Amino acid sequence: MSPAFLNFVEIVLNGLMTGVMYSLVALGFVLIFKASGIFNFAQGVMALFAALTLVGLQTGQVPFSHLINAIFGTEIHHWGGGMHTVFAILITMAVMIILAFLIEKIVLKHLVNQEPIILFMATIGLAYFLEGAGDLMWGADVKVLNVGLPSGGSFWWEDVTREWASTGSEYWGMYIDKLDVTATVIALILVTVLTAFSQYTATGRALRAVADDHQAAMSVGISLRTIWVIVWSIAGFVALVAGIMWGSKSGIQFSLSLIALKALPVLILGGFTSIPGAIIGGLIIGVGEKLAEAYVGPLVGGAIENWFAYMLALAFLLFRPQGLFGDKIIERI
Amino acid sequence: MSIKKLAIAGAMAAMMGAAPAMAEMVFPSLSYRTGPYAPNGIPFADGYADYFTLLNERDGGIGGVAAKVLECETGYNTEKGVECYESTKGQGALVYQPLSTGITYQLIPKASADGIPVHSMGYGRTSAANGKVFEWVFNYPATYWDGASIAVNHIMDLEGGSLSGKKISLVFHNSAYGKEPIRTLEELGKKHGFTFTAIPVDHPGQEQKSQWLQIRRDRPDYVLMWGWGVMNSVAIQEAANIRFPMDRFIGIWWSGSENDVLPAGDGANGYKALALANPGGDYPIYADLKQHVYDTGKAAGDGSNAGTVLYNRGMYAALLAAEAAKKAQEIHSTAEITPAMMRDGMEALNIDAALMSSLGLPDFGPEFSVSCANHGGSGIGKVQQWDTSSKKWTVITDWISADRSVIDPLIAEDADAYAAENSITPRGC
Repeated sequence: MSPAFLNFVEIVLNGLMTGVMYSLVALGFVLIFKASGIFNFAQGVMALFAALTLVGLQTGQVPFSHLINAIFGTEIHHWGGGMHTVFAILITMAVMIILAFLIEKIVLKHLVNQEPIILFMATIGLAYFLEGAGDLMWGADVKVLNVGLPSGGSFWWEDVTREWASTGSEYWGMYIDKLDVTATVIALILVTVLTAFSQYTATGRALRAVADDHQAAMSVGISLRTIWVIVWSIAGFVALVAGIMWGSKSGIQFSLSLIALKALPVLILGGFTSIPGAIIGGLIIGVGEKLAEAYVGPLVGGAIENWFAYMLALAFLLFRPQGLFGDKIIERI
Repeated sequence: MSIKKLAIAGAMAAMMGAAPAMAEMVFPSLSYRTGPYAPNGIPFADGYADYFTLLNERDGGIGGVAAKVLECETGYNTEKGVECYESTKGQGALVYQPLSTGITYQLIPKASADGIPVHSMGYGRTSAANGKVFEWVFNYPATYWDGASIAVNHIMDLEGGSLSGKKISLVFHNSAYGKEPIRTLEELGKKHGFTFTAIPVDHPGQEQKSQWLQIRRDRPDYVLMWGWGVMNSVAIQEAANIRFPMDRFIGIWWSGSENDVLPAGDGANGYKALALANPGGDYPIYADLKQHVYDTGKAAGDGSNAGTVLYNRGMYAALLAAEAAKKAQEIHSTAEITPAMMRDGMEALNIDAALMSSLGLPDFGPEFSVSCANHGGSGIGKVQQWDTSSKKWTVITDWISADRSVIDPLIAEDADAYAAENSITPRGC
């Protein structure tokens, strides 16, 4: 095979896996929108908050230590040697459940039956609050996240694919990041579990009922408030997974919250209400932007992938306004 | 009678209220302690504030006048930066340190019209080094174009003096800042015969797969980086992932802090960056800072950033501002200086080894002097290298000069164009 073709395949493969990383973020948006009709602007910040909490627990950092030291003149920063990663993940998950409970109790409960734009604005406020709270709890310094995930290029894959190149051609083998492969596997497991949960459990069926019709679901005894707590908890878990994957690449820093921007075109394309849509949308956006950057970028000065993703999503909207897998809205007059 | 007493008391109170406050020297700090670039903004702002606190606590201010740091949060956002400028300029601001090339570009015409100096230390508009055109803007001790040339000169040293046939790529933040060195590198490429490729990364730079796949395909001999914030750490991680030799990956001084290398772990070992001044906290000034600032609870931060690259740089910026203020006091024979006097002080600044030693920072930064024509300083820098095992930067070269035969004509050309666009008559100096 020619190196040019192998390079094309490499770009497609890496685009697919980058798309999976986008899907991980988009999934959180879909879960909440599906169950409550809320576009959760805070999803990216939730990923940041979860990752900050995880690293804080791992490293044994005392939350709010800066505030405590400033008020009481103390010098406390850490409680000891930190915590095993598994326990840290479990406790972080518990924190995200408590956060979901508080969000429902303090914010959402008071906004039942309000216009979607009001709920959206509330999530903007929530995003700023969580970002500030994360800063206050854990500090704004860059934190190193290590949960033992493999990373770096795969030697094995490089060696295998180098053999595919035509004899005598200058080809270095195909690059695949082991972290991206891990993220793909985790995303597949996550989608399978989420799909099974919504199909085969009573709570899952209740979630789907609420998603279909709030009033009808409430009329058969499903508690909307409980469902909201559950769905925000699940979104918190998805945010934690996304935070771990993205944070393993760059360290945990406040720019992590901006990964939400990468999920928006995925949502536009895949639809706001479809879990498979988030995955397929992510794959299309990932491949599309990487191919555009590689083949169109050099002609126009590069750095086009960010806006190209939105262009691609908008182009799809021309043909399917509800997104690839979104629910078609039929208004009867 | 009682009415008379009341009137006297009222008059006295009014007089006390109207009495001039104790004079202060105001140094606005356009900082960013929030947002995606906060990890870099915080240590710089802490270093800047702590140095002035030290002067106040140890020396009773500058020439007997207390220094006041007026901090305003920009979030590294240009619009907010301009708002900060507008809201603080009326409070006696002596010199602005915008800490953003984008903000600097916006402030150049405004500050010039208002008669307030701007010091974009090692950033901002490179051609502002031409003091004939940019009367109120300073970017000493070195500029981005100096940085590009210093990096190329370092590579030439490694390559035995010739870059003919070599390939050098630049990974840059797709902003005014990141684009600054491109023209210089193109010119240097023509002069030395290397192939230059510019690879942009959009803000914030969390995802750089495309760029590093391109680098992997192109196989450049060296990669330079003009990044900021998360872009730096992701780039270093991606370079490690594709096993690009780290000692051939060189960042500008804004891509060479501890924040940039720590997230990549062992992969960052050997990564190089340019340095405006030395890293580390092994200087006599730190004993004074501990005694007068940290231990007295007057530090701007929690002390954890002391000795880091960006803390040192903030401290260095404050030092240069304070020394310029002293020079202004000396020139104008007054302790209470105006922004115009401050500008005169900056233009007469002379930093030598003896002065740096007396300030507790021996062999810390370059020797340089500023003049009416040269606002850019000596334009020299060092190269530092990251060692993962000790988690420290080590300076591996002596001061390296920029290629003035390339840089100076570029500065003159750009400054002349700016002067023509803005109807500025260059000063005769």
